[in-house]
Amino acid sequence: MMLILSPEQRELRAAVRSFLAAASPLAKVRQDMESPDGYDRAVYRRLNGELGLSGLIVPEEHGGAGAGHADLAVALEETGAALLPGPLLATVFAAIVLTEAAATYDGQAVKELLPGIAAGTTVATLAPLSGDRGGVTASGGTLTGQIPVAPNGAEADLLLVVARTGEGEALYAVEAGAPGLSRTPLTTLDPTRRQARLTFDGTPARLVATGGLDVNGDAHGHVLARAFDLVSVALAAEQLGVLRAGLDAIVAYSRIRVAFGRQIGSYQAVKHRLADMHCKLEQADAIVRFAAWAADESPGELPEAAALAQAYVGRACFEVARDHLLLHGGVGFTWEHDAHLYYKRAKSDEVLLGPPRTHRARLAELVI
Amino acid sequence: MDLEEYRRQARDWLAANVPGAPAEGSAAEDGVATAREFMARLYDAGYSGITWPAEWGGQGLTQAEDRAFAAEAARVSLPIYVFSIGLGMCGPTLVDLGTPEQKARHIRRLLRGEEIWCQLFSEPGAGSDVAALQTRAVPADDGGWIVNGQKVWTSVAQHADYGLLLARTDVEVPKHKGLTMLIVDMHAPGVTVRPLKDMTGRAHFNEIFFDDVHIAPGSVVGEVNGGWSSAVTTLLHERLSISSGVGMSGPRDNPASLDALREVVDVQDPLVRDQLVELHIRSRALALFNAKLSQETKAGIFPGARGSAAKLLLAELTNFQADLAVSLAGPQALAYEPGGGGLAGAIALAPAMSLGGGTNEIMRNIIGDRVLNLPPEPRADKNVPFKDLKVGTQS
Ligand SMILES: Cc1cc2nc3c(=O)[nH]c(=O)nc-3n(C[C@H](O)[C@H](O)[C@H](O)COP(=O)(O)OP(=O)(O)OC[C@H]3O[C@@H](n4cnc5c(N)ncnc54)[C@H](O)[C@@H]3O)c2cc1C
Repeated sequence: MMLILSPEQRELRAAVRSFLAAASPLAKVRQDMESPDGYDRAVYRRLNGELGLSGLIVPEEHGGAGAGHADLAVALEETGAALLPGPLLATVFAAIVLTEAAATYDGQAVKELLPGIAAGTTVATLAPLSGDRGGVTASGGTLTGQIPVAPNGAEADLLLVVARTGEGEALYAVEAGAPGLSRTPLTTLDPTRRQARLTFDGTPARLVATGGLDVNGDAHGHVLARAFDLVSVALAAEQLGVLRAGLDAIVAYSRIRVAFGRQIGSYQAVKHRLADMHCKLEQADAIVRFAAWAADESPGELPEAAALAQAYVGRACFEVARDHLLLHGGVGFTWEHDAHLYYKRAKSDEVLLGPPRTHRARLAELVI
Repeated sequence: MDLEEYRRQARDWLAANVPGAPAEGSAAEDGVATAREFMARLYDAGYSGITWPAEWGGQGLTQAEDRAFAAEAARVSLPIYVFSIGLGMCGPTLVDLGTPEQKARHIRRLLRGEEIWCQLFSEPGAGSDVAALQTRAVPADDGGWIVNGQKVWTSVAQHADYGLLLARTDVEVPKHKGLTMLIVDMHAPGVTVRPLKDMTGRAHFNEIFFDDVHIAPGSVVGEVNGGWSSAVTTLLHERLSISSGVGMSGPRDNPASLDALREVVDVQDPLVRDQLVELHIRSRALALFNAKLSQETKAGIFPGARGSAAKLLLAELTNFQADLAVSLAGPQALAYEPGGGGLAGAIALAPAMSLGGGTNEIMRNIIGDRVLNLPPEPRADKNVPFKDLKVGTQS
């Protein structure tokens, strides 16, 4: 079990961190989140081109870097800390599910779709992310139904949709311009990550992977389950970054803000809360490293690690983001201040994969 | 030898040598002789002081072996509670700061179970604020010291052969600057040890009186009047050793563990399940944090004050867990099991974890000041000579 970063991972972290500090500081985040696209396409291109983030875990044969989930976690922690707007996380989710399908399912579709994602030229998303996946039905190569929220659903060139079939769940690919597809951009809580409602009405779709048997008749029912575990780990890494950045921000502020003649960080009511937030950070960090290690090295431990990551880190991230906002005082409630951006990202992330109780229920099934 | 082989041998050794009956910490009072005998075997087998320097009697191995052994030992319970202060705090302090003579005299004997050690810091008027202590040490004619004063809450002192004593050697300077750490022979004339019955009904700790106790030359650990810095070293080791559970019982014997609770509660009840999941989440989170700290230590990153976060989290988990377990089990949990154990024993013992080794509030102060570098609180005592200060409950 590896819970600390390797020298290469520390380099990756430094590279992503310094790139984001220059290309997407918070002032730029605010500008981009209010722009028509909701993100800066040039920054996104460089992130995938120079740093190769969208293809990080994609195998080299499909045009990616062939890195591990522990490396991906390092990168996503940084994009989370920077509150990077845009479709990186959604595209990474798509890369994860396609990579899993490629490893087990002999489909032409995967081979054709992955290189664009790895190159950063295809913006993709995976939906629905919530555990209740019965909203879309597949029959005869078309999809019908609705997905109430899909991250970056309106921006994506490629939609990977989990649909119900006669034999359980399967993964389908839908092109942006497909007939019968309508996408309604939503105004959601977190302005740094857009979401859309997707409606399918006899929309032609390409089968990418079945949740049941593959073309050779081997059972691969676990493909989607494992992919969603990996998605949970990736999201937890982003949440860890949001948590860390929120804590850093309030620690810095509590050293300079003065009330009653002293810095607020010298008051125990403040200091002790920050200490508790630090404890959450330490544990969240250890859990994310463990879960990312399990993703790469210990498949048997992944389901528990992934559920643990969402159950602990998701909650911890929101609690820290909330307390970091509150400890700023009145300025924390203003639109001008960045505190609400962390708060909103944290809450959106906490429920992104379904109500948090579903992770706890899953964990209960596994450990009790 | 590769690690797997090391681990396999450790497992075999433990299976053959650990006494079968659960050796719960508090029961060790009756079993000091057994504990000493077990430590000697542990030492002879090469499992005592795994990472301690070979020069002084340790094994000189790495954290990897230590962790491998600890993981195996966590499945059972080593009957070494009376040695926990010596192994976790006093010994590591001597390794860091002791003179070659002190190391040669004590380390091997400590590791072999020939010496039981205690930590003589707290006093009636000085616990959290330990630098407010009043026990005095004045130079003796032979170059040693004469000690007068009182200590309290001293764990395992009733069995101890030696103690690490923190005493005041200068009252003219501010309180942190006039302290000295001394090795005291607990069998010396003038040392009186009185066991104190604690809330569990047993005596885990003691009060100690020093009446003109003579301490031999060569007993200072660190510098004269540099005792605060020596004490900080001990306290860092203390927090790390508490959080990593030196001398504590393994999960097998913890009646509030998930495994044990599964047997006594209805695991199909959705409300029960949710509470058990919460316990699992918190336990895993802390276990992984502790594992991370030990990997960092191995990689040369000293955890320092972050050990206080692990100690605080363990204190909170221990109290949460015992509370939850008793509430889940209901009224039958209230009956002590033979030997003072069971869930009643667990809930009665739980507060110790939040008090011994520094309270939760003090841990939060340390995390705030030394990990997060927050501004310190204004203090009335920092630059005032000790003799002009109010301490304890004086007004
Ligand atoms: C089971 C057990 C074993 C022990 N073993 C040993 C031992 O072997 N050797 C030894 O030397 N000592 C030992 N102790 C003593 C222990 O270290 C002290 O009890 C502890 O540090 C608290 O000190 P105190 O009892 O004087 O409480 P006080 O310091 O009087 O604390 C009272 C309350 O005030 C709070 N408080 C004090 N200062 C501050 C502050 N600056 N900020 C915020 N809150 C504050 C405390 O958190 C606490 O809630 C042991 C204690 C227990 C319970």
